[in-house]
This record gives sequence, structure tokens and C-alpha cells, in this order.
Amino acid sequence: MNEHSLADWRAQFPILSRQVHGKPLVYLDNAATTQKPQAVLQAERYYYEQLNANIHRGVHALSQEATDAFELARDKIQHFLHAAHREEIIFTRGATESINLVAHSWGRSHLQPGDEILLTEMEHHANIVPWQILCEATGAQLKVVPIDARGGLVAGALQSLLTHKTKLVGVTHVSNALGTINPVAEIIRQAHAVGALVLVDGAQAVAHLAVDVQALDCDFYVFSSHKLYGPTGIGALYGKRSLLQDMPPYQGGGDMISQVTFAKTTYNQLPYKFEAGTPHIAGAVGLGAAIDFVQAVGLERIAAHEEHLLSYATEQALQFDGLTLIGTMPEKAGILSFVLKGVHPHDIGTILDNEGVAIRTGHHCAMPVMDHYDLAATARASFALYNTPEEVDALFHGLRRVQKLFLG
Amino acid sequence: MSDLRDLYQEVIFDHNRHPHNFGPLPHANRHADGFNPLCGDRLTLRLLVENGVIQEARFEGAGCAISTASASLMTDALKGKTEAEAHQLFAGFHQMVMGEPPAIDLGKLAVLAGVQEFPARVKCATLAWHTLTAALKNETTAVSTE
Ligand SMILES: Cc1ncc(COP(=O)(O)O)c(C=O)c1O
Repeated sequence: MNEHSLADWRAQFPILSRQVHGKPLVYLDNAATTQKPQAVLQAERYYYEQLNANIHRGVHALSQEATDAFELARDKIQHFLHAAHREEIIFTRGATESINLVAHSWGRSHLQPGDEILLTEMEHHANIVPWQILCEATGAQLKVVPIDARGGLVAGALQSLLTHKTKLVGVTHVSNALGTINPVAEIIRQAHAVGALVLVDGAQAVAHLAVDVQALDCDFYVFSSHKLYGPTGIGALYGKRSLLQDMPPYQGGGDMISQVTFAKTTYNQLPYKFEAGTPHIAGAVGLGAAIDFVQAVGLERIAAHEEHLLSYATEQALQFDGLTLIGTMPEKAGILSFVLKGVHPHDIGTILDNEGVAIRTGHHCAMPVMDHYDLAATARASFALYNTPEEVDALFHGLRRVQKLFLG
Repeated sequence: MSDLRDLYQEVIFDHNRHPHNFGPLPHANRHADGFNPLCGDRLTLRLLVENGVIQEARFEGAGCAISTASASLMTDALKGKTEAEAHQLFAGFHQMVMGEPPAIDLGKLAVLAGVQEFPARVKCATLAWHTLTAALKNETTAVSTE
């Protein structure tokens, strides 16, 4: 991305022109949530100003137009993930709900005591806790692929943990705490060889990497709109059609039925079987606009730009006295997780905030990763397409201020 | 704009670098573990309470400068206080960090008054005190600031 287009892209994000504590906002907490471009804000506004109605249930014009807008968003997600069929895309509240849907619906109808779910040590709590609840309910067992010092999966560990008992492997495409990009295609190949399904948590991946669920051959893929420049409260589950067809509904209610009597209810077809109740229609429309936006910029350009920012930041980090990077795999997305000797991450966060620099500090909902490194928390800067090298400089300028304050 | 120097006073850095009453207390008769799930900070507080008076208070754990300094100052302040006085101190401290005028004189604890300008850090400052409440009840399960 050249300087000219970077400025153009920045100009599309109204929030980037605000100040925080009297300083220009330097937003480096993109792994938590990204900011929203004008196109997304306008799409939501247009929806409410021109189309608002409930979907799939009215004969009137607005209801039809709202339904079309909602279903168009589904098509956009289908093409974005390269799914074979539109009904393989289920709208949810986000990655968390998508995982819970699979754990509940697929898990409770398919697992027996003695079966195993295999996760990795770097999963977000959203890809741990639903499986723990499932294991408690079914008597299945959780197994964990460990990570090594650099924050990659221990070589050969997956292979040795995969057995005929393994029914599903849950793996994050990109780690939110470490930045590691996992070799998901290889993981899926190995899992399928023992007959296990694979759920890929794409929450941190979709804004940075092109995803092709058919090429990956993954069984489930989940993501949240709000980490992809879209609204909060909406996201999607991709599932292979044959699997989704066999799964019982997750929630009951309107929209997910075809016929209800008190004696018996028959369920609607895919994808509606899994979409009980009135969904976040405006959110779906906004997500569609976010996908258009990302595709107009181009994921390759985004990835190249973020790669450049990450290597620029990593270079400075490696020269920074007392700074230790957490997560040093060669294959990383735009995440810089670190600790500073003698300063708790929480204090770093407050002092940087005072400089207008927003980063995340804490355990990043990945406590097992923190335990692995024997840390309570790390500081994390994460990049998006609108970040600049000057913002990376502002981060390190802030960190020098932290050191000066703390270490005198 | 909230001034960082109101929060990070020199005294706080001193307590952070060299916390008072840090370490085990083998003859303690009350203890509790505190946990701040927001940041992962953990703190263990041990007390020796005799005839309703806190004779000794020591803590261990890893935390940010605010929570460490707060625990250090708190354990200093507790020595010689009755349990009732300790509860009053917490009430006053809580008022201060919430931006209300404290009902009692907080002495050296007042250096943490700057926390009121940083709402995200109130939990750091009160972790030790919540743990104290649990220890006085002699709760053995971990308390949480959430
Ligand atoms: C790797 C990963 N998985 C899952 C989630 C959960 O996403 P959401 O809270 O949007 O459901 C996150 C969000 O932080 C994440 O980083």
C-alpha cells in the first residue's frame, strides 16, 4: 500500500480523526475489534432509513427488500469464504456463538463417553469453554496440543494425539495472543485421516488472510464481523452442508420452523433451521458492506501492509531494552505481544493511553497461553489496514516514556 | 485531562519497587487469595489477628504498580488496627478511589487518590482490600474483583 492509498483508506474511518487525552488517537487494539469505515456506517444507516422491516415473514415491500438485503449479505459471506453453497452460511452473533452452536448441536448429538475433542494450548476461551461444557455433558474428554517457546504448535504433537477416539479438532487459524498463523490445511488433513472433524476459529484470520473453506476442506469455520471492520453483534458459522443437515437445531423459535403444532414441529431447511428469532438484520447488512470494503482494498494488499508494519515494529521491539516478545513464530499476523522488564502490562496500557495510544493489556482471553509463559498478562499491539509506521513510532515513543517513568 | 503524575506518584513507584510487608507469614491465622480476572493479577494476603487486633499483615503475588503499591500501603496501615477499624479504612479508601470525600482520615493511603481519575484502575487499587475482607471472614476460596 503506498502512502497515497493509505491516507485514502484512513480517511474512510471517521473515528481515526478523533483525539484521546488531547493527542491524536493511535488505535492499535485491532485484534480486540477494528474500527468501522464510512461504507459500513452508511449501509447500516441506509438499512434503517430505507428498508427496515422484519424479514422472511411479510408480504409488503419493505419486508421483501429487507429480506433481500439480509440474504445478499449471506451471499457475500459465502463468496468471501469460498463456500460451495449459500445455505452453508449461518448467521450468528459472532465467533463465540458459532462455536457454541457447533458444540451444542453437533456435539450433543454425536459424542459418547470416551470420545475426545482435541484443542490447542493457544485457543481463545471462546474455543475452550464450550467444549468443556460439552465434555461435562457427554463424558467426552478434552485433549490439548501443546505450544512451544516460540508460540507454535509442538511439532509432531498433533499427530501423536490424534486417534480414532478424536471426534473433533478445534484450532484457531490465527492466535489472538501470539499472532501465530497455524498450518490449518495440514492440521485438517491429519485430522481427517483419523476421521475427526475440524472447526477452525477464524476470528483473527478473516481480516488478514484470504480464506477458502473448500480448499482447506474444513468442516466448520467461524468468525465475527466486528474484527473485520463490520458491526458488533453479528458473525457467521460456515459448516459443510451434509454436516449441518444432520445436526439438530440449536435454538427454537420463529423462522427456524416450517410447521408447528403442539403435537409436532417440523424444522425449516438450512440455513434457517439454525436462525431462530429475528436476527441482527442491520448488522448483517453492515457485515456485507464490510466484506465489500475489504475486497475493494484487497486482502493481499492488506496483508502486505500489515506484514510491513509488523516487521517494522518487530525490528524496534528487538532493539528495545528489557522488552521480550511473546510469540515469535516466523508465520505471524499483525500482532505484537510483549512484556517489559519491571513494568506490569496494565501500567503500560494506562501510560500509553495517556499518549493517545490504545493497546490491549491482560490475558487476552487466553489464560492457558499466559500460564505457558508463566505470565499474568502481556501488552499487545495489533495492526489493521489503516495503521501507519508513524503510529508504530508513537507506540515505541510511549514505551520509552513508560520506562523513563518506571525505571527512572 | 487526567494527569499521569496524579496516578503514578513517586511514593507509588517506591512501594512498587520495594513493597513493604512482602513475603510469607508462617504463623498467620487468617489468609485469603485475591484475583483480578481483568488483568490476571493474583495476590495472597496473610494476617495474624489476636484479640480482634491485626498484629501483622503480609502479602505475596504479582501485580501492576497500583495493586502492588496499594497492598504495600494497606498492610502498613493495618498493623495495630482492630477488625472494625480495618473495615472503616476500606470504606474510606473505597470512597476516595470512587471520587467521594472519605469519611475518615486515610493517612498515607491518600497517595492513591489519583486513581479516581482512572476508572479502569479502581479494581487494581481495591484488589488488596477485597482480599482483606475475605481474609477477615477467613474465606479460603479465592475472591475476585469481578
Ligand atoms: C481467536 C479468537 N476467537 C474467538 C474470539 C471471540 O470473538 P467474539 O467475542 O467476537 O465472539 C476472539 C475475540 O477476541 C478471538 O480473538
